[in-house]
Amino acid sequence: MSAPSGSPHATAGARTPPRPGVAVAPAALASSGPAPARQNGPAQSQMQVPSGHGLHHQNYVAPSGPYSLEPGKLASSLPDGQCNDYYSGLYTLPAQKVATPGAASHTGAQQVYCGGPPAPPLLGTLPGPVPGATVAASHMHTSASQPYPSFVNYYSSPTIYTASSSAASQGFPATCHYGVSAVSNAVHPSVSYSSLPPGDPYTQVFTSQSALATGPGRKGSFPGQNAAPSRPSALAAPLPPQHLQQQSLAGYSALSWSVPGLPPTQDKLIRNHSGPLASASSSPANPGVDSSSTTSSASPVPNSYDVLEGGGYPDMHSSSASSPAPDPVPEPQPVPTPTAPQSAKVAKPFGHSYPALQPGYQNAAAPPTSGVQPGAVPYAAFQQYPQQYPGVNQLSSSLGGLSLQSSPQPESLRPVNLTQEKDVLPPTPIWAPVPNLNLDLKKLNCSPDSFRCTLTNIPQTQALLNKAKLPLGLLLHPFRDLTQLPVITSNIIVRCRSCRTYINPFVSFIDQRRWKCNLCYRVNDVPEEFMYNPLTRSYGEPHKRPEVQNSTVEFIASSDYMLRPPQAAVYLFVLDVSHNAVEAGYLTVLCQSLLENLDKLPGDSRTRIGFMTFDSTIHFYNLQEGLSQPQMLIVSDIDDVFLPTPDGLLVNLYESKELIKVLLNALPSMFTNTRETHSALGPALQAAFKLMSPTGGRVSVFQTQLPSLGAGLLQSREDPNQRSSTKVVQHLGPATDFYKKLALDCSGQQTAMDLFLLSSQYSDLASLACMSKYSAGCIYYYPSFHCTHNPSQAEKLQKDLKRYLTRKIGFEAVMRIRCTKGLSMHTFHGNFFVRSTDLLSLANINPDAGFAVQLSIEESLTDTSLVCFQTALLYTSSKGERRIRVHTLCLPVVSSLAEVYAGVDVQAAICLLANMAVDRSVSSSLSDARDALVNAVVDSLSAYGSAVSNFQHSGLIAPASLKLFPLYVLALLKQKAFRTGTSTRLDDRVYAMCQIKSQPLVHLMKMIHPNLYRIDRLTDEGAIHVSDRVVPQPPLQKLSAERLTREGAFLMDCGSVFYIWIGKSCDNNFIEDVLGYPNFASIPQKMTYLPDLDTLSSERTRSFVAWLRDSRPLSPVLHVVKDESPAKAEFFQHLVEDRTEAAFSYYEFLVHVQRHICK
Amino acid sequence: MQALLLTAALIFFAIWHILAFDELKTDYKNPIDQCNTLNPLVLSEYLIHAFFCTMFLYAAKWLTLGLNMSLLAYHIWRYISRPVMSGPGLYDPTTIMNADILAYCQKEGWCKLAFYLLALFLTTYMA
Repeated sequence: MSAPSGSPHATAGARTPPRPGVAVAPAALASSGPAPARQNGPAQSQMQVPSGHGLHHQNYVAPSGPYSLEPGKLASSLPDGQCNDYYSGLYTLPAQKVATPGAASHTGAQQVYCGGPPAPPLLGTLPGPVPGATVAASHMHTSASQPYPSFVNYYSSPTIYTASSSAASQGFPATCHYGVSAVSNAVHPSVSYSSLPPGDPYTQVFTSQSALATGPGRKGSFPGQNAAPSRPSALAAPLPPQHLQQQSLAGYSALSWSVPGLPPTQDKLIRNHSGPLASASSSPANPGVDSSSTTSSASPVPNSYDVLEGGGYPDMHSSSASSPAPDPVPEPQPVPTPTAPQSAKVAKPFGHSYPALQPGYQNAAAPPTSGVQPGAVPYAAFQQYPQQYPGVNQLSSSLGGLSLQSSPQPESLRPVNLTQEKDVLPPTPIWAPVPNLNLDLKKLNCSPDSFRCTLTNIPQTQALLNKAKLPLGLLLHPFRDLTQLPVITSNIIVRCRSCRTYINPFVSFIDQRRWKCNLCYRVNDVPEEFMYNPLTRSYGEPHKRPEVQNSTVEFIASSDYMLRPPQAAVYLFVLDVSHNAVEAGYLTVLCQSLLENLDKLPGDSRTRIGFMTFDSTIHFYNLQEGLSQPQMLIVSDIDDVFLPTPDGLLVNLYESKELIKVLLNALPSMFTNTRETHSALGPALQAAFKLMSPTGGRVSVFQTQLPSLGAGLLQSREDPNQRSSTKVVQHLGPATDFYKKLALDCSGQQTAMDLFLLSSQYSDLASLACMSKYSAGCIYYYPSFHCTHNPSQAEKLQKDLKRYLTRKIGFEAVMRIRCTKGLSMHTFHGNFFVRSTDLLSLANINPDAGFAVQLSIEESLTDTSLVCFQTALLYTSSKGERRIRVHTLCLPVVSSLAEVYAGVDVQAAICLLANMAVDRSVSSSLSDARDALVNAVVDSLSAYGSAVSNFQHSGLIAPASLKLFPLYVLALLKQKAFRTGTSTRLDDRVYAMCQIKSQPLVHLMKMIHPNLYRIDRLTDEGAIHVSDRVVPQPPLQKLSAERLTREGAFLMDCGSVFYIWIGKSCDNNFIEDVLGYPNFASIPQKMTYLPDLDTLSSERTRSFVAWLRDSRPLSPVLHVVKDESPAKAEFFQHLVEDRTEAAFSYYEFLVHVQRHICK
Repeated sequence: MQALLLTAALIFFAIWHILAFDELKTDYKNPIDQCNTLNPLVLSEYLIHAFFCTMFLYAAKWLTLGLNMSLLAYHIWRYISRPVMSGPGLYDPTTIMNADILAYCQKEGWCKLAFYLLALFLTTYMA
């Protein structure tokens, strides 16, 4: 076709005659086009949008030029005094400020710290018998606000900048890619870190709500605790010695000890544990600790904990830990523990100290109280515990080296007869198991929300792993929104010389001058600058530096970590405006959202934005500052796409804001009368790639139908009659590699494509999704979207867009995952391009992206007792800083099969299995994947039965750690992605698979196994307090229709959608108070919100729903489902324990599994 | 003589593959580049091998033909079950870094090398 060579320049005269909608092409370029009536080549037309803008600044050139030098990219270049000023604010995030001293407009995320919830300190001082949760919640807030004072101290010491000697500059090659990210934006006060190591004043203990729920002050709140009744029997059973090992999993002990008869004990016990935490972070009894005094805040380790360590590790108490409570247990009455700062300057010899733990681990004779500090008052209560269970005394092993909550037998190994146990699902949310490490390491370890391993006890050899028949892998959520994160602005970033590992809390200091890498065991020198500890303002304490005190840190990287100057934030929107799209009406929603959030788009003064629309032609919009109106340029030569003008298509957001607003206001109505039904998506994407390739950035593609023109056109592959087939599901893979290739090209140019598919018909998501999968984008799918006929989808789009547009974003990112020598990465799951064996190339990174990694054990790990994993995410923040976010996870190595089973993280395992099953369905077939899932249960349970449990039971025996495994696998088999027999549209199925691959664990778990609550009888019992709201905590119900009583109302939390099911004879008071209708009959069929009523039950319900909503990025849509309405089926398909026409009930599934095992 | 040269070429291809995958594994090269260099080689290797088979057929060397037919059949199966690609070749840069696939490709390279060496030996011995 006509390939106008000089096309980009032909539009020099493009600013001339305003002719609405008509393309006027320069004559030379108008040659034979596909449609004779339409001109080929760059044409231009001015939209008839009134606008009173003069033609000033005509000569402004948008690309890079004057803005390429962002002030303050390198924090070290700043004068010290300036830094001091910046750090003086109590809640300000120092590094952030350093980075952009010039940018007055800190928007969005970065202001979390300024706007963060400064808790009322009064609450923390409440003494005595206040309901535990209240105070605990206030602790949460105060602790959130505490760290910064000390931060201030740290950064305000000018010496850190002056002392930055270049002596230790290691000359990092510019090609190192490991990045990091900034502080997160979303303020989720309810975010829970069940084992966040509160190692130092930076990281504070974030006790989560549900963690709080397990806390004291809620006696009897676990009446049906299944752990309780079975304990005595488990003890009486003849267990092999290793069953009697102490269990230090805090979560489990908290669960299993909350027997109604024991609450006082538990109270004291827990208090004991978290006492120092409270005193360190918010106890009024310890003002010295509170108020950021540099010396005491760094090391208020109470003496008693030294003893608790078992006395065997005099050098383990190296200060650091201000609060030794890794478990999510709050503290109602801060116990003023003596804060005797331990200034142990000896290095932490992890290497030899951990092995010492092993003997105590198996030693089964010592009394359980041997390690307890007798002087501490609360421990007296603890001593009552063994008296209540005399058997415990003899059976329990020594406390040495283990954490306080060691129960006599590992709760996670307690055999559970699944066929007899009726309620496997605990009434409280399930927590990630805490690795069985010693206290010091435990509190330093990475939060399970960011970093989880399917086996918290790593088997020593591949043979042992094979025997256990469990998947080994990591689940990552590296760019998660964090409410606090130590950001380190140091001239040097200390890394291992041979494997490039970042220094982390799990390295060992051989002496003051040398440290030993925990991944490759190389001995490295400690750089001179690192010797100075800004926290304590002392010299010679490298092990107290924040890098060594936090397993999640963020470095501001120097220019060594840049291949080019950090890019600006660039956003391009590629919009489908064919008849189908206009009919669906998404443009109105999108433009409205964009107009609302234009100022909140993450970025700095260099932020650029552009728009393209397409039907059978591609339309560009010249928004160059100075134009009176946006100018539309039409390219109809879709076989050879070119950019009609070299600049003006991507414009500076702030300089052209008026034009952008004019365009956004005009866009929804511009194409109302279009009759064009074709969609040239492929060529439009090629054009977008050309437009973005000089800078990189984010392309948001909105598509409403199958692409039907030009490159990348697709045919309908779905046979509607096969939707409910039980046999073969075809076409799960892409039909063409066009989108994949394009994505790889984009990825190479640091451009990510995010796909919003809003279609009413089959659109071959399997092929289209490739554009996002390999360019590290994200995929949103709105089936049967229509802005008036389907208002709930429109609402969802609007909410999703709000989050999408305003959430944090990292550009030109790479993520490297390292692990201890002997382990190796096998397969990665997520949206990215794998550039080498351990390096993922991510054009963009967003806070909602999760990743999974399968691991294999290549060499035996017999000579080590700990393994570590480190992910480093190197990215450019939207403010143009290069940052590295590093997470480090440390796990113990075990040699027996029983210990491997004791440490299974069943949620992580199920998520990894789901990822593997998606791969299997695409590469092999869906039925293969389903078989593999069933086999995973069969194999692991039969391996457990034959190797570990020596009970001769008729039932199906599983360790307690795996008791939910069959249920989750069943839920997975009934998930949209893998179900058969139920009518499932191909696109829905593929979308579910895409989500499984890219969602982080927390969200994925809700997709697989939703949470069901009864909400018509919410009480304040056990409620938690979140920012002045009382949030009731109803118990979880199992997903079965037998739990749905007609008199009740139930809320199902499926992650992206909430259903409220109203029973037929539901109490009219509830309907009136909460829903605002007099009786059941008058509730409308489509109700998607809860009215703001001034009643107690309405308030409770709303605060509970709001609390659930707050905890996730994409605001879920709420559906009120009446018992009789047709929408009921939607709700009932999530009841996974029930039988459906095509699938087993839970009990049937267990029998099925059992039959397989017996074979 | 020509057969010898061609076998040498095949051996060269096999070695090239092994080296290439080793480079990938040791992180020297970008998988996209590597796949772009490898993919054109695949088909030429297969064609040369198919050419061999026809030569053996004409020469009525049934034993060698039988040996080579098995490899030919493998080649055909391998090419049919390749990932969705528009260009020629076998290797997809997005999946090649999967440890299983990489290990498989490496093993395939070694096996082929052994096979071609054997073929070289046979042809020289029998000719």
